[in-house]
Amino acid sequence: MKLNKGSLFALFAVLELAADPERQLSTTDIAGKYGISTHHLAKVMRQLVHSGLVQAVRGVGGGYRFAGNVGRTTLLDVIQVFEKLDSELDVPGDTNLEGDPVVAELRRITGEIDDLTKAVLDTITLETALKGTRRGRQPAAAAT
Amino acid sequence: MAMKDPITIRNAVPDDLDAIIAIDDVGPKEEKPAYWRGIFERYGKGERNHRIFLVAEAGGKVVGFITGEVRAWEFGSAPCGWVFALAVAPEARETGIAKRMFEEICGRLKQAGVTTVRTMVNRGNRVTLSFFRSQGMRTGPYIELEREIE
Repeated sequence: MKLNKGSLFALFAVLELAADPERQLSTTDIAGKYGISTHHLAKVMRQLVHSGLVQAVRGVGGGYRFAGNVGRTTLLDVIQVFEKLDSELDVPGDTNLEGDPVVAELRRITGEIDDLTKAVLDTITLETALKGTRRGRQPAAAAT
Repeated sequence: MAMKDPITIRNAVPDDLDAIIAIDDVGPKEEKPAYWRGIFERYGKGERNHRIFLVAEAGGKVVGFITGEVRAWEFGSAPCGWVFALAVAPEARETGIAKRMFEEICGRLKQAGVTTVRTMVNRGNRVTLSFFRSQGMRTGPYIELEREIE
């Protein structure tokens, strides 16, 4: 699976904002932390606002704030704002392979992979992912 | 159940079976009494530390249950703990009961000598899958496979 840049930037932004829903952050803050394009992130933020996951705060010190439910919003909810996550088989359009048993079997296999991918992403809430990041930050000695 | 009722996690006893059957919402209801009586016979005695059957009680009422055991060398796996049933009554959900039961069973499994806990959940059951993930569980090294037998 390869996430497109929009999905990845959206996950950076949403996880950053959801870590403290009271906090407002600008695109510059988020882009600076992850070393990504502010311009591209601004476009992503507009889509996140449109989806209702993020709220734009106007005025001095404005920025963005998380507007969803940290315990209910899943990684898939964020990703699906930007892409469908369905594998694509680039079967040549000028051939008549659509009914071919090999193509059909390959579609079943990629469909199985897609279902598993979605089942994973759809059951990891932002809260769980953030908990995982905190666990990952614990020093090895403290984790034992 | 009132939110402030203290929650107790304890070994299941025969008098809990009716409440357990009522809380269990998976599968056909008519098969539940025989199924849970069988499970209780095998897991509910509380005398073997590798088989565990716990209930959560609040306000004098059973509001949840969890069952598990240590299984060794199935599918070539070293001994590990399996949780194979977990449910909380609808009116008692989102109060931390499942987390308390899961932590208790993990503690008991650890006392029984294992350091890994596994479960299997239908991938359409988002609520239960999300719960186990929130407890730090991830996809393990085994893949479940199946087919129709013609």
